[in-house]
Parts: sequence; C-alpha cells; structure tokens
Amino acid sequence: MDDIKYTTHSHSVNKYDPEKDYGTPKKTSEKLVSLEIDGVTVSVPEGTSIMHAAQLSGVTVPKLCATDSLEAFGSCRLCLVEIEGRKGYPASCTTPVAEGIKVHTQTGKLADVRRGVMELYISDHPLDCLTCAANGDCELQDMAGAVGLREVRYGYEGENHLKAEKDESNPYFTFDPSKCIVCSRCVRACEETQGTFALTIEGRGFGSKVSAGNQLFMDSECVSCGACVQACPTATLMEKTVIDMGTPEHKVTTTCAYCGVGCSFNAEMKGEEVVRMSPNKDGGANHGHSCVKGRFAWGYATHKDRITTPMIRKSIHDEWQIVGWDEAIDYAASEIKRIEAKYGKDAMGGITSSRCTNEEVYVTQKLVRAVFGTNNVDTCARVCHSPTGYGLKQTIGESAGTQTFDSVMKSDVIMIIGANPTDGHPVFASQMKRRLREGAKLIIADPRAIDLVENSPHIRADYHLNLRPGTNVALISAIAHVVVTEGLVKEDFVKERCEWDSFVAWRDFVAKPENSPEAMEETIGVSATTMRAAARMFATNGNGAIYYGLGVTEHSQGSTMVMGIANLAMATGNVGREGVGINPLRGQNNVQGSCDMGSMPHEYPGYRHVSDPMAKALFEAAWGRPLSIEPGLRIPNMLDLAGEGRFKALYCVGEDIAQSDPNTQHVTHALESMECVIVQDLFLNETAMYAHVFFPGASFLEKSGTFTNAERRISPVRRVMAPKNIGKPELKEAGMEDWEITAKLSAALGYEMHYKHASEIMDEIAALTPTFKGVSFKKLDELGSIQWPCDDANPAGTPTMHIDQFVRGKGKFFITQYIPTTEKVNAKYPLILTTGRILSQYNVGAQTRRTANVAWHAEDVVEIHPHDASERGIREGDWIGINSRSGETVLRATLTERVQPGVIYTTFHHPESGANVITTDNGDWATNCPEFKVTAVQVTRVNQLSDWQKEYKTFAEAQIAYTGKTSDKKQKQPA
Amino acid sequence: MQTDTLIKMANQIGDFFEAEPNQAQAQKDIANHLNKFWTKDMRNQIAAHVQTSQGVGLHAQVIAAIAAHLNP
Ligand code: SF4
Ligand code: SF4
Ligand code: SF4
Ligand code: FES
Repeated sequence: MDDIKYTTHSHSVNKYDPEKDYGTPKKTSEKLVSLEIDGVTVSVPEGTSIMHAAQLSGVTVPKLCATDSLEAFGSCRLCLVEIEGRKGYPASCTTPVAEGIKVHTQTGKLADVRRGVMELYISDHPLDCLTCAANGDCELQDMAGAVGLREVRYGYEGENHLKAEKDESNPYFTFDPSKCIVCSRCVRACEETQGTFALTIEGRGFGSKVSAGNQLFMDSECVSCGACVQACPTATLMEKTVIDMGTPEHKVTTTCAYCGVGCSFNAEMKGEEVVRMSPNKDGGANHGHSCVKGRFAWGYATHKDRITTPMIRKSIHDEWQIVGWDEAIDYAASEIKRIEAKYGKDAMGGITSSRCTNEEVYVTQKLVRAVFGTNNVDTCARVCHSPTGYGLKQTIGESAGTQTFDSVMKSDVIMIIGANPTDGHPVFASQMKRRLREGAKLIIADPRAIDLVENSPHIRADYHLNLRPGTNVALISAIAHVVVTEGLVKEDFVKERCEWDSFVAWRDFVAKPENSPEAMEETIGVSATTMRAAARMFATNGNGAIYYGLGVTEHSQGSTMVMGIANLAMATGNVGREGVGINPLRGQNNVQGSCDMGSMPHEYPGYRHVSDPMAKALFEAAWGRPLSIEPGLRIPNMLDLAGEGRFKALYCVGEDIAQSDPNTQHVTHALESMECVIVQDLFLNETAMYAHVFFPGASFLEKSGTFTNAERRISPVRRVMAPKNIGKPELKEAGMEDWEITAKLSAALGYEMHYKHASEIMDEIAALTPTFKGVSFKKLDELGSIQWPCDDANPAGTPTMHIDQFVRGKGKFFITQYIPTTEKVNAKYPLILTTGRILSQYNVGAQTRRTANVAWHAEDVVEIHPHDASERGIREGDWIGINSRSGETVLRATLTERVQPGVIYTTFHHPESGANVITTDNGDWATNCPEFKVTAVQVTRVNQLSDWQKEYKTFAEAQIAYTGKTSDKKQKQPA
Repeated sequence: MQTDTLIKMANQIGDFFEAEPNQAQAQKDIANHLNKFWTKDMRNQIAAHVQTSQGVGLHAQVIAAIAAHLNP
C-alpha cells in the first residue's frame, strides 16, 4: 500500500514500524520535502507533520494529545519544538514540514516549558500510579518520565477533579474521569475513527470534561467500538479485563472470528489467557479499528455452556453419554459405515460453515467427496450468498467481490442495496462514513430506513429508495432503463470489455417501456422521479461503487439481482479500478473462503465443476480416491430427502441449520428423521439437540488456519492457547483443532489424512487451486494477509480484480426479467415480514448471546409501522403473534417509522424467537438460497407464546438436561 | 423428493430464461442449469415426470428443454 520511500541523509531509512506511534497520520503525497531535525536530514512526503518526520528520523518528541490514528489537534503543548529563524515554539504535531527548515526538539528552554506543562497536568491527577490499571501502559506516566518531572509545586489541595465519579455502565470498559487529562483523543476517535460522535468536551478551561452526551455511556449513542478506549493515553478509559487481570505480557496477531470484514487483531495475552483484543494497526481490512463484537465479545470461548467432551447417544430422546475422543470417533465411523451399507453413499453428506477456517472446510469437503464417496457437501453460504457466487461467475467470471475495502476512499457515488453496513459490517461502515463525510454521494435501496439514511451524524443519503420487499429486480431494471435511454452508458468500456451481443440484447430489454421507472413505480413503491434522479446520480458522478448484502441475495430472484447489479456496473464502466466495483458484503467471516474451498455440491476448490474431467483427474490423483462427476445435494435437497427417509447421515461442522435455515419445523422434522447426525460445535446448538454424536470444537483462539474476508483477503488465525476440547477428563487426552477431528474421523473410515499442521492443508490447497498457488502460511507471516488471486503473476495477491479484462474474458450481460415472488400478500396475510441483523449480535447468536453483548440486545423484537400497529390495536411493547403460511411465533413489538406501512421487520439472533418458524421454503431460482427477506404474514395482539415456542422450551430444556448442564433459557414471555 | 418441489424449482429456472430472445438457446440454458446443479436422481425424476405424465405442471419451455437436452 505504502510505496513512498522515506529517506534520511545520515543514516539508513527507518522502515515503517506499526508498533510505533508516529503521532500524526501518514501522508502520501508524491512530492518529497527535505528538512533537518536535530542535525539529521530527512525527506518526507509533503504535508507530513514535524512530529511524524522526527519519529521517522529516529527522534521521539514528547506528546499527549497526538496519536497517529487521529488528525493532530494541538492542545497539550507538550510537543513544542524550535525552528531556526522562526519565532516562538510551534507544536510539532500541527506544524507541517517545510523545505530546508532546521528543527530542534531538545533544548533547555523546551525542557522547561514541557516540565511546566506536565506539572499542571499532574497537579490535577491522582498519584496512585502503583495501583493504577494503566501502570506501565500509561502515556502520562511515560511523559512525566520523559520530561524529567521531579516536583509538583501547585499542591493537590486546590480545586481538582479527583473525586469525579466512575462510569461503569459499559460492560467492557470503565470511564474514570478523575484520571482524564482532557486531551480529547477519545472525542476525536469517536468522530474520526468510528464516526459515531457520541463524545464531546463539555465546559471550558479548567471545568472542561469528557461527556457522553451528559449520560452514562450505556445510555448514550455509544456503540462500544472501543476506539476511544484504545486512543486514551491514560487509565481514564480502560478495558475491565485489564483492570481485573493486569497488563498483558505477550501478543499474537490473529483474525476476528465474526463478520466478513475480517479485522486483524492482536490477542494480548497473559500466559494462555486473553487480556484484551486490540485491533491491529497494520490490519489490511481494519487499519486498527474494530467493533464491539471483535474487540470485546470473545468471552464465549470460556462460557460455562461450552461443551468440551465428546458425547454420543443412540436416540435423540436419550441422555448423552460422555466418552473419550477415540470412542466418539469410532462410534461415528461405525454409524457412517452402517448407513452406507444399508442406504448407500448418496444417503450421506456434510455441511460446513462460514465460521470454519479454510482448512477446516477443505478437509470436510475432501472427507465427503473422497471418503463418503459423494458430492453431497454444502455450506451455509447456501442460505446467504450463493446467488453472489452464481451471479458474478456468470457475468464477470469470478465468484467474488471486485475491490478492497480501501477502494471506497476513491468512490464518488456509493450505492448500498439491501445491506446495513453500520450493523452488519461496522468497521467497513466507519471507513465508508469517513468517505461520505468527505462528500461522496449516497444512494440507499432498502425497504427500511437503515442508520445511514439519516441517522448517522453528518451523513444523509441523497436518495433513499424504500422499495417494497421483493421488487429489487424491477428496481435495477428501472435504473438501467434510465441509464440506457438517457445515453448514460459508457459505450467505450462496454465495446472494449464486454460481449457486445449480450449488451445489445440487455439494452433492448431494459429500454422497453414496461421497464421504465414510470411503468414500475406502482410495483416498486418508489416514485419514478426519485428513481430517475438516483440513476442519473449514479451514472454521472465519477466513480460509482455498489455495495450489497443479503437484501439482494435472499430472494426468489437473488441471482437475477446479482446479475442486474453486475449489468449496471459494466454498463456504467464501474469495474476494474479503485473506487468502483461490485462489492458483496459477506455476512460471516469466512463466507468467501468456504465457497472458495469447494464446499458447494457442484464444485471443487477454486470453483471447478465436478463434471470437469481435468478437475476430476487432478483431485483423484491428489487424493487417491475415485470421485463422482455428479453434482451432490444442496442443503434444502438434503432436508427434503431426509424428511422422506432417504437421507440418513449428516456431518455438520460449525453450522446450526435448525436455527439459521428457513421453515424450522421442516428442518427439525428432517433432522429427526436421520439416523446419524454428527454435530461439531462449541455449544449444544439447536441442531445438536437433534444429534447422535457431538464433537466439541475448538474456538478461534485455540487453532491455526485462515479466514478469507469479503475482499478476498486471506488472513491468518493463530492459536494462542491449547484447545479446550480435551475429551473425557479421566482419559487425559489432548484437545484437538477442528481439522484434526475431521482427519481422525477420516482415518477411522479407512482414509488417512497426513497433515501435521493446518499449514500443510493450505499447502495442498495451493498446489491444487490456481488462484491460491502462491499462498502459504509462511507468506502470510511475511505479508500479514493476501488477497487472492495469488499466483506467479501476482505473488503478493490482487487487490483490485478485472483490471484489464474480466476473468471470464469479456463481461456478459444477462437479461433480468422481474418475476414477482409467489409469496404474495393477501387478505389473510396482508403484511410482509423481512429480516435483518443488529450490531451487537452475530448470526444465530450462539457466541454473542454468551457474552455481555446481550446488554444491547437481549431479545429479538418486531418493528412495525405505527399505522399498521394502530389498525390492530398494538402498542409499544405488546406481545404479538406473527402468522405465516409456515407457522406462528410470538415476539414483542416496537413501533417505528423506520419500516414502511405494510412491512414488519425482525432479527433472528435468539432461537426461542422462532423467526424461522415463519419463513418459508421459497428460494432463489438458481441456487435455492431461501427467500428470508419476504414472508407474507398477519400479526395480532396475543397474551401467550405460540405453540411452537412452548414446545421448543420444553424440548430445549430436556435436551440441555441430557448433557448434564442446567438450562438458563430465561425466555421473556407475556405476563 | 416430491415431484412438486422439482416442478416448482424447474419452472423458476424456466422463468429466468423466458425473456431471452433466442429461445433455442434458452432451452439449452435451462437444461444446462439442471445438468450442472441437480443430482442425477433429481434429473431422472423430472425426466420421468415428463415422459410418463407429459410433464404436467411444468412450463412448456421447460418440458421442451428437458426432453431435448437433459443429461440422463
Ligand atoms: S466506544 Fe466507540 S462509539 Fe463508544 S464512545 Fe468510544 S469511540 Fe465512541
Ligand atoms: S478520556 Fe482519555 S482520551 Fe479522553 S480526554 Fe480524557 S485522557 Fe484524553
Ligand atoms: S465483527 Fe467484523 S467489524 Fe467487528 S471486529 Fe470482527 S471483523 Fe471487525
Ligand atoms: S501532541 Fe502536539 S499539542 Fe499535544
């Protein structure tokens, strides 16, 4: 990223060191400026501060209010320097370098001034350093030492802030204002880094203090990202774990196991215990920022619900029997063999998760293909981004996003379709918000008013296209209609880069009057004028980038919409450079990776179809087993067949289909009908309640591997502690990483996998997959992370794809006819239910529900428009029954105009909510991705839980009791 | 699997290709989709439905695609 070479005259170049705080952000001007600092000449990019230049030349200037993640502010006056020929003492953090100046950072006079400044600070600061949580990690302490402070003349008796009360409201960090030096780093971090603007400095002069809007942190706008805690130079804002455990003694760089942003973290450790997770300044996806999940919500790894011993049982109505690893593996293997003999290979299969590492997914699909002897392996991307894989492969030739996250900093118009970045992809959202505050235009297509519409400080969407759920394709065609008929197509780009015939067919199609905004406005529910204006804005304002999420894919026309997005990007010439592109925001951390690793039933790693003879020959040679050329079953197919008694054994790794897949009752019926369900997970998840074998998994802190984020960035997951799944305690077995469990199962089935370490799995992947050819753990150690394709031509990876030509050669346009979903509203089901997620919880919530994040979201609630509510006599907080063609569930209502009349909205983070009891079997035409975003429902006020919920409660309590643990399912319910 | 489920899925695939100007190509694309993403059993079941029950419930274009281009 950073190719500017810093040079110094008298000694060699100081390499950029992410461990160091350079005081002010790096500048990237092409123009270099030379100056002399304490007798050493340095050349730095124009715009660099004197402080930063000094650090580069090896000289540290004392500082308190400056840190290199924030723009300089110049308030503490500790960083003063002298410049020959200039009067006074300018602050080095706010003064840019100038050609030829001679700077002195250490003179007698400067030392006096600095001591004076420090004396003032310390006179209003408690002197409890020895017992302070920041002892040894406090910049105030360091500076007192650096400036040689020896006495404080003002005494401590005067007016001070030493008695100010602590704010302990946030579950993860403490605010102790008595230690605050009012440097405002926290305020600026909340603004610049996070973009939430929750903090301010209240009052003036001596009376000034940091305030979260005059409320407790928990009651304020704060989203607990932790940026302020990280920026604070003192113990004022401090992680509670550090207060409890003391400062860490070593750290290991690893990758967040939550969302598709894939933030890089330093796990700061004390022995084998994590003290805190600090976002890595050098992280390619996050540049030192994080959200509340990654930074704070890792306590689930040691939660009491975690199961660390293998368990087996004959029937799901039996108690679990705790066994050793060998017994569990042998039992699972014997069941698989029995079922194969009785029902055949095709009655068996596996499911992987986007929460698995690449290596885990790879060995699982290998086990299913090479050992089970069938291609019945699928992954949870089936229910989220499978249409992305299909649609992008068809149009541009590669099933992946085209850009880096950083690319957004060069976008001029950002279009967000069916995604809610501030909740789903918070760290990327912060970066996007920075770009929006710089003036980029914003178009949002979403049925609901997400925070970016007008609820984010200093950001307002130029257009909010609040379409009816299920009309995405009509909308994209209407937008394309405007582009095509108003002469906004970038014809040069299309001529050079795309299949002209396909373009002509598409152009003629979208140009038809029936695809015009005017013809479609009734269907879409957005005025034609607004659609026209948005289309013009997108096509005519420079770099246009499209970001989309599950609001695009989880529809009966999910794949069509992905193609529609690709069509629009190609027609407007917005592919193949920075600032533009087609950007699927992946939900879970390894959605991209699990697809890359061949966990779809029709393709091998690297997206090669199972019927491709070359691919088959390659994998047969490498694996030494005959492979099938027939596509296998997808998850919904497996479940359908299981319900009919024709699919009997499932190995389910890290995925919770009983909670995350649609039409829960259909799923649980399928699970009940199988003879051997093997679940590998940290917890007794909803699926495990129907399992016969439970393999306890290892958390991301306990294993090695890689995750691939939404920008194709492969990042290392590093083991920082021994796996806690130690088996039956009496047997004194060692814990295992998840891939080791799979390999053991494979061996028990007669096929040895000879890996000694996860890195050897990656070596095999690289040897067999052209786009991963140059990837290895060693290279990841060197580079930090790698964006695939990584091969001989691109040894360090490929940040932007399709630069000179599309991966498929020429881009191909597809005709995207709008076909209304069969899930229609009528008198019985007059409302549309759509689903989404929130910041503090993650997916099925198995991890985040077991952390203090429940402080923000203890239950799933239903958003309903006041108009719909009043028609039904529903008030804020009422319990309402939601009925669909699939089932019924009961949740609490909240009234809001975020949703439009006719649409209700909920999340699915809690199993007892049963949000998927009501979703239907409908799915995407090309990939069977469920239509989670559109369910026709009716709602009514009720005073008891639904039958499903009552049965669920009894069943879940019994299942938890079968493990020997106690249930703490404290379900909220109507009084 | 329920034949009805397969019919619904096949028709959805057919619908996508309905607007394709070259209908001969559309037939190939429909069948190709089934060949690439459906298991052998699913394909055989839908082919049998076309043969024995004239494909009742399937859109005409889908029946034609299955009859002409489906891999056994
Ligand atoms: S935790 Fe994040 S959102 Fe909360 S005040 Fe600090 S910087 Fe702002
Ligand atoms: S809380 Fe920390 S960062 Fe904020 S003003 Fe006080 S000392 Fe500075
Ligand atoms: S959940 Fe996502 S945004 Fe939050 S820290 Fe983890 S990877 Fe980053
Ligand atoms: S560090 Fe420069 S004024 Fe505070």
